[in-house]
Amino acid sequence: MTALADMSGAIMPNRRGWLGALSDHFWRRPGLLIFLMLLPAILWLGIVYLGSLLALLIQSFFSIDEFSGLINHEFTLKTYAELLKPQNLDIIVRTVMMSALVTIASAIIAFPIAYMAARYARGKWKALFYLSIMLPLWASYLVKIYAWKLILAKEGILNWLFEQLHLTWLLEAWLAIPVIGGNSLSISYTGTFLVFLYVWMPFMILPIQAAIERVPTNLLDASADLGATPRQTFWKVIFPLTLPGVIAGSIFTFSLTLGDYIIPQIVGNSQFFIGQAVYSHQGTAGNIPLAAAFTVVPIVIMGIYLWLAKRAGAFNAL
Amino acid sequence: MRSRRDNGDKGAPLGLKVAAFAGLTFMLAPLALIFLYAFSTEDRTYQWPPPGLTLEWFAVTWGRSDVWEALTLSVQVAAISTAIALVLGTLCAAAVSGTKFFGRETISLVVILPIALPGIITGISLRSAFNLMDIPFSFWTIILGHSTFCIVVVYNNAVARFRRLHGSLIEAAMDLGADKFQTFRHVILPNLGTALLAGGMLAFALSFDEVIVTTFTAGQQQTLPIWMLEELIRPRQRPVTNVVAMVVIIVTFLPILAAFYLTRGGEQTTGGMGK
Repeated sequence: MTALADMSGAIMPNRRGWLGALSDHFWRRPGLLIFLMLLPAILWLGIVYLGSLLALLIQSFFSIDEFSGLINHEFTLKTYAELLKPQNLDIIVRTVMMSALVTIASAIIAFPIAYMAARYARGKWKALFYLSIMLPLWASYLVKIYAWKLILAKEGILNWLFEQLHLTWLLEAWLAIPVIGGNSLSISYTGTFLVFLYVWMPFMILPIQAAIERVPTNLLDASADLGATPRQTFWKVIFPLTLPGVIAGSIFTFSLTLGDYIIPQIVGNSQFFIGQAVYSHQGTAGNIPLAAAFTVVPIVIMGIYLWLAKRAGAFNAL
Repeated sequence: MRSRRDNGDKGAPLGLKVAAFAGLTFMLAPLALIFLYAFSTEDRTYQWPPPGLTLEWFAVTWGRSDVWEALTLSVQVAAISTAIALVLGTLCAAAVSGTKFFGRETISLVVILPIALPGIITGISLRSAFNLMDIPFSFWTIILGHSTFCIVVVYNNAVARFRRLHGSLIEAAMDLGADKFQTFRHVILPNLGTALLAGGMLAFALSFDEVIVTTFTAGQQQTLPIWMLEELIRPRQRPVTNVVAMVVIIVTFLPILAAFYLTRGGEQTTGGMGK
């Protein structure tokens, strides 16, 4: 560090040396410096990421020979047509519904926490809120799922709680509801939903909190001066201004739920979600074209979602 | 912030308080449960309440070589991926925030894409690309996958800090005769420091914990999350898993505390500069 400081001291009076010349060169051509700074990341993401993504997408236009199981390298839309089969369409609808529900529930739970943390928590409370939000956010994904496996187990704490409160009948009535129920919580959509919600909800809090913190206080003062009740101020001033934050958060919860294949595999009934379909088609079934076509579904959905989010100004709230 | 308090802001409405604390309980209680289960004497089921408490499983876990190997691999992968992400992410953030140029929006979109798109897509596209190019799965294929989504974390942190970093500071440095490199070394980097540290720690945690992309890009290697996943699908040693789960939580909690103190200091100085 000192060597660098010394060197820079020597260069300062008249910019000599190759470093100084280089710096002058960049000064004259600022575009070049920016290009060089971008190059490594562009190369990495362009080749490793976009390249792989493209290779995958191309494979979705191939098809698989049903008898030999070999991949037919000719352009066809046959694989995409297969997505429209009822059993595959079911998977897509189920996943999108789940993602939407998880996103909505996340926003509802996250908003009060974010609001409290941004507007009211001070000093010690602020620190406590920060840590209570960051700990579940950063805690290991699998540990969080594991915790819910403990909670939802038949001999676990949730059943025990219902028993202690003499509410077992309520739980049973809930599980008796078709579609969302099941034999037990850990093999029902309710269980899957709870785990999804728990694991992805923390991603919603920070963007909302940032958006709330960014609302200028004088707007609130102005709103109050003009005679708005706190409730009116919230719905007319704070909420519209924080909506981009909610949308930014929803990008995470929606996308993360859309592609998850581990949670429904561990907690849930055996009905597939998109992620599981992709995993099983590329793995044991060896049907890479169909797996690739399945991955196009979340890409298209997220593309539309991101485009809409961008129009709503959510990227500035990220 | 201070002015708001002086305005005589009354405390939060009761409904908000209840909703916020119920939400926090929902977030924290499951983690607390992990701690309790690590001491449970029960070794076959997830019985609640635990029939008894013991420290026995900590000793058992300590002696397990498979846990240690998985842990070591995870730390190595996370360290290297973070280092790559720090370099690429910072450079990219500096370029994007310094200027406006054609395609700037596209670049931010490409950087965000690996986490905006579901992890399974990153995973399967990398896997099929490695297969197409006959690249054998190894330690380095895991790194390739992890760095890709770590870049965005560093990038986001750095971009946020660049946005708050006043252009006038850089102009002043250059007016005073500093060249580009000196400006970077003496003005930009010290201002960026805590943001990079926080971004780096977040990237590390993300990589340390990653399982979806890893299942697609790893061969026989077993990172800690993959070890954990096997236990989740086919529970064999529940007590050992309980202990590992608890240790993982503690290990992730320490960087959060550190990041909190780092960024808290940063907020104050930059906030003071801004106002």
